[in-house]
Amino acid sequence: MDKKRRAAQEELDTTARENTKETMEDSLNTPNNLNHEPDRSGTLDDEKRVKVLSPGTMVFKRFIRNRLAITGFVILVIMFLFSFLGGVLMPYSQSQVFTKTDFIIKDYAGATINTELRYTVKEGETFSSSAFSQLILAKNDGELFFSSNDKYFTYAIENEDFFRIKELDILSDVSARKQLYAYRNAPGFDLSADMRSAFELAHSEQKDKFTFDNKEYNIIRDGLKVMIASEKETALASPRIYDAYEQNDIRFVESYAFRNAVEEAISRNLTSFTLDAQEYSIQEDGRNTTVYKVSGNDKTLFANISDIVVNALSVDVFLTVDYKAAAREAIINGGKEFIFPDEEGNDIEYRIVLVHNTYNIKRSTQTHLIDMYRSPDEEHLLGTDQNGMDVLTRLMYGGRISLLVGFVVVFLEMMIGIVVGGISGYFGGWVDTMLMRFVDLFNSVPYWPIMIIVGSVMDTLEVNPYTRVFLLMFILGLMGWTGIARVVRGQILALREQDFMVATEATGIRISRRIFRHLVPNVMPLLIVQGTMSLGSIILTEATLSFLGLGVKYPIASWGSIITAASNPYVVTNFWFIWIPAGLLILLTVLGFNFVGDGLRDAFDPKMKR
Amino acid sequence: MSKFIVRRVFLAILIVVFGSFVVYAVIRALPSSYVETVARQRAQLPGSKSYAEWVAQLNALFRLDTDVFTGFVGWLSDAIKGNFGDSFMYNMPVTEKYNNVIWYSVALNVITFFTQTLIAIPLGILAARKQYSKTDYTITFFALMGISLPTFFLATVLKFVFSINLGWFDLYGIVGRYYEQLSPMGKLLDMAHHMVLPVVTLTMLSVGGLMRFTRTNMLEVLNSDYIRTARAKGLPENKVINRHAFRNTLIPLVSYMSYLIPSMFSGSMITETLFQIPGIGYISFDAMKMGDIPFTMFYSVFLIVLTQVSLLVADIMYAVVDPRVRIN
Repeated sequence: MDKKRRAAQEELDTTARENTKETMEDSLNTPNNLNHEPDRSGTLDDEKRVKVLSPGTMVFKRFIRNRLAITGFVILVIMFLFSFLGGVLMPYSQSQVFTKTDFIIKDYAGATINTELRYTVKEGETFSSSAFSQLILAKNDGELFFSSNDKYFTYAIENEDFFRIKELDILSDVSARKQLYAYRNAPGFDLSADMRSAFELAHSEQKDKFTFDNKEYNIIRDGLKVMIASEKETALASPRIYDAYEQNDIRFVESYAFRNAVEEAISRNLTSFTLDAQEYSIQEDGRNTTVYKVSGNDKTLFANISDIVVNALSVDVFLTVDYKAAAREAIINGGKEFIFPDEEGNDIEYRIVLVHNTYNIKRSTQTHLIDMYRSPDEEHLLGTDQNGMDVLTRLMYGGRISLLVGFVVVFLEMMIGIVVGGISGYFGGWVDTMLMRFVDLFNSVPYWPIMIIVGSVMDTLEVNPYTRVFLLMFILGLMGWTGIARVVRGQILALREQDFMVATEATGIRISRRIFRHLVPNVMPLLIVQGTMSLGSIILTEATLSFLGLGVKYPIASWGSIITAASNPYVVTNFWFIWIPAGLLILLTVLGFNFVGDGLRDAFDPKMKR
Repeated sequence: MSKFIVRRVFLAILIVVFGSFVVYAVIRALPSSYVETVARQRAQLPGSKSYAEWVAQLNALFRLDTDVFTGFVGWLSDAIKGNFGDSFMYNMPVTEKYNNVIWYSVALNVITFFTQTLIAIPLGILAARKQYSKTDYTITFFALMGISLPTFFLATVLKFVFSINLGWFDLYGIVGRYYEQLSPMGKLLDMAHHMVLPVVTLTMLSVGGLMRFTRTNMLEVLNSDYIRTARAKGLPENKVINRHAFRNTLIPLVSYMSYLIPSMFSGSMITETLFQIPGIGYISFDAMKMGDIPFTMFYSVFLIVLTQVSLLVADIMYAVVDPRVRIN
């Protein structure tokens, strides 16, 4: 950057020296003026009139003759229209995120084959979950009795997976030593002699149960203690899951009475049973059991019973029994997919994937997705970027920022440069020395390290993106004014010795007016050229900083920050429409400024005439 | 002349001190998490001091507990003795890290310097000789194109075409995957292979400036009276250009290029970062972003010194090339 600026500056220095001669030389070279005898008759008709063009017109004429300069000018006009008008015309805004709807396969439900017992307690009885875990322990150890909270329980295996749990009422504590029995009966229980002998016989044979008077009694041996206990049904346990077809029936279906009746019917392979004077019929299909309510000849679906648990994976999904039944059937049949209608009656396909012991039921769901990296089409002429924003719109808004940064920075540079350079050049002497040493000092501050550190500082302080743009302009302006100051000073040093300055002094014009009204306008052509060229280089600097993530930040777009996506090789490879247009826009704009600057320089420079 | 040089050197020293102070002041504004990280690690060692004590000690060591001015004076007194401290990021003396990486940058820049000169000067002269011809327009167009290209865009396009689509070069790095298994010659070739794209990038970017500079100077010389005289006396055009015009163009060119020589050591931050060439530019870019105070300070001072040296060299070279300057 510095090299280029220097080169440009040195070129400019040489051209500017010739500027003052320009007008004179040009008027001499106007064809009508040369080889034309002055008319002595005193009248001037159009043919004889000396055609003198004003310096401004000369510059303009030379400028429009330069094809490159005109090309550059056209490019710039297009860029401005694109950025400032395009942003207005575009229906989207720069941070509008586009979404699309797509079908993605999402986990919908999970199913497992239940091997764990689930228990239901009979009405009016108590059976705690801690007692249930004792049951599991006892079952695994092969013990027939277990206790919990000072209560004794036993269980009966009705079927391989149907357990009846019974609470034991201690009727009598027996101390038995060497055929000697002492009984301590529970209050209100009288142990008859016949029952004693029945117990003693069973106990001596190490039996767990004995029957007396058609009633079964248990013999509990807990360490040294021996107890006689009667039993009563408390709960039942089986791995089967009960689902009711009607919401109202859920409680009933899960009740002890119903489960008991069904389990019993299953274990006895019955096809129907009666409960509360209502007839039910059972249809077993492998692991799936369906219970129908029978009224007369009508059979209505009542409950579905299976050891396959089907659960919804998200809270907002309610699985109907029909759905569960369908899923179970599919799993039992080893199917990979099944179809089940949703609430609106549309058939939806579900897939079953077995992962370890769980069947994952997946459903293709319509989902709103951020439309990332969408290829160009009619709706988005340059597609969308990684945030689902329209690339073309962002290019337009980004152009505003890039151009605005360029102009504001050049304006700042000019302001500071003209004031410092003007004062320095006009006064000369120690003021000049002081200011120029100050410029030297300022120039010594290394450009890129400072920009990068300032960028990082703004990153860590999490400066608001909008504030950041202004700070960026300010810093860029502050770092770039020295070149302008030098040019202005050099020019003014030469100009102030000229006669018109003696005239201003003689007429007593204020010093500030002398500098800024009479000297600075003479430097203007040079400053315009310099400014146009540095507009290009500032746009480049801003783009580079934004590319490195140290300049303009998301959500504000700038051409540089749009290309940042290209630091990811994946984007470079697959999505040309994200980074190539932004790069071309930067290239074209900077090229435009350089062409125009070049053309202006040639136009201002009398030596470059053809 | 010697009086002038002494004065320039004195001014240069002042400028170096001032420039490094500005950088120091700005970088101190970065909240350095380095001290906290190290303190946390060390505080966890068995039998160690508390975290707060470590933070205090490390802050004292790096002069982070003082105000900016005192800290800078302390840094400066160490730096004068040649002690630039240990880099936070790379955990080794700054100068050692610098010695490890500088030669990559120098190699890159020297190659670029030669390719750039070989392309730019002949084309610049050609453009000036045929001013306003199609050749001139084409050369000017491409020169301005080179100036207008953003580094990162050019580098990405080159990578896209030559690395991704054609697969001729690797995307990143200075050495390939099988570097360790190669013979010494193979190692050199491997590195050269990895330097092709960075050199092309740098050349394309810098060639435009030099070309335009050559063209402008050549035009100025060609418009001068002695060239008209040389032509008038009937010298062949080649002789006019090569003997009379080109030699006089050399004056600004040499000063321009002598200005480039010291900057060869400053690395090319953006290009090196984009191609991840572990030269001084890439290394210091990372260090600066992370708030590595010792490394950043060293690199900044290095840059300032280089600029001052190159300005001085340019002035002296002016005197060497142009006898008029020497007499004054």
